[in-house]
Amino acid sequence: MNRFVKGEEELAMEQVVGRVLQAGVAISAIVVVVGALLLLVRHGGTLPNFRTFAGEPDALRSLAGIVRGAAAFDAYALVQLGLVLLIATPIVRVFLTLVGFAMQRDRLYVAVTAIVLGVLLWSIMGTS
Amino acid sequence: MTTLLFAVLVAVVSFAAGLLGSLTGLGGGLIVVPLLTVGFGVDIRYAIGASLVSIIATSSGAAAAFVREGFTNVRVGVLLEVATTVGALAGALVSSYISPRALAGLFGVTLLFTAWRSFQQHHDHPPAPESDPVAARLRLDSTYPTPTGMQPYTVHNVPAGFSIMFGAGILSALLGIGAGVVKVIAMDQAMRLPFKVSTTTSNFMIGVTAAASAGVYLRRGYIDPTVAFPVMLGVLGGALLGARLLTVVHPRKLRLVFTAVVVVMSIQMLYRAATGGA
Repeated sequence: MNRFVKGEEELAMEQVVGRVLQAGVAISAIVVVVGALLLLVRHGGTLPNFRTFAGEPDALRSLAGIVRGAAAFDAYALVQLGLVLLIATPIVRVFLTLVGFAMQRDRLYVAVTAIVLGVLLWSIMGTS
Repeated sequence: MTTLLFAVLVAVVSFAAGLLGSLTGLGGGLIVVPLLTVGFGVDIRYAIGASLVSIIATSSGAAAAFVREGFTNVRVGVLLEVATTVGALAGALVSSYISPRALAGLFGVTLLFTAWRSFQQHHDHPPAPESDPVAARLRLDSTYPTPTGMQPYTVHNVPAGFSIMFGAGILSALLGIGAGVVKVIAMDQAMRLPFKVSTTTSNFMIGVTAAASAGVYLRRGYIDPTVAFPVMLGVLGGALLGARLLTVVHPRKLRLVFTAVVVVMSIQMLYRAATGGA
């Protein structure tokens, strides 16, 4: 029944993955809270339009624009940066899983995980 | 409505959705989109973007605990993530060709299906000692903790599970939901994993699936910070409280309440689909 038993490396990897997920959510939540407070203080009295779809401005759609805006303490960009960090959390998890499989010399699952990572990276960085 | 008032109201409603979603195990994302569209008149595309982000937050938080407790089958999760992420990407790319009315209709049907499923009893399958050749080659068989110690189990029907997961990915992207119900069907019914392993592995995959479509939606301008932040913080707060209360409250009655909410939402969404208006 040896195939059922989880190796020590596999268990260690599960621990690391669990911690990274929690840290990612915590960090992104903090950034979103800071951005949200700033947003409410500066723009709390404005009348937002979300009933008709216009799409976000370019500065809030591209990674470069979001980082630039957040560095300038733009409230909307800061919230958006927090959300990007949140979207990145599962991507980091997939990368760590890949590293874990590589440490176990599990070529099949390194390949499987690499496909998932490729799809995710294309999703966030692609052009279509 | 000012930004401040909108944020406070949406945060409160999202908190309740996250709390009920985590206590019942059905997830808050399911009712966030109808609440935003029907309750606040938010365009369904902004609602889907906000919901996806909140799903990543709650599933990552919960998955962390389950992975460390050893319930999650990481190999099964990663393998099926190929299907869900490709499905999610496909769903996100075709979504702009689907009218908001059709989306509302699909949403209504999905909500009804979820309500119906939540009343189905689930039984764990009798242990099948013989391995499925595909599952054995992919080394999917594993163990999970039970009160009597680590219990081995075998995995079956990998191609069927993989196909259903592709559909779950499309659904997740189109509607901005976790589609946990469909994911659990694929693993529990088709692949015959133990129920607890199915639900935790589903949770493990939901964040990755949502990230695949959220990336596309971010670039397309569907993720609006004003809409997304109260939803994300509210749902996350509610889900965290729910996880703490889970040992105190009995989920059966709550499940009934939540299912009633889901049915009401589904009628609202179907009505929107039929009339095309608000």
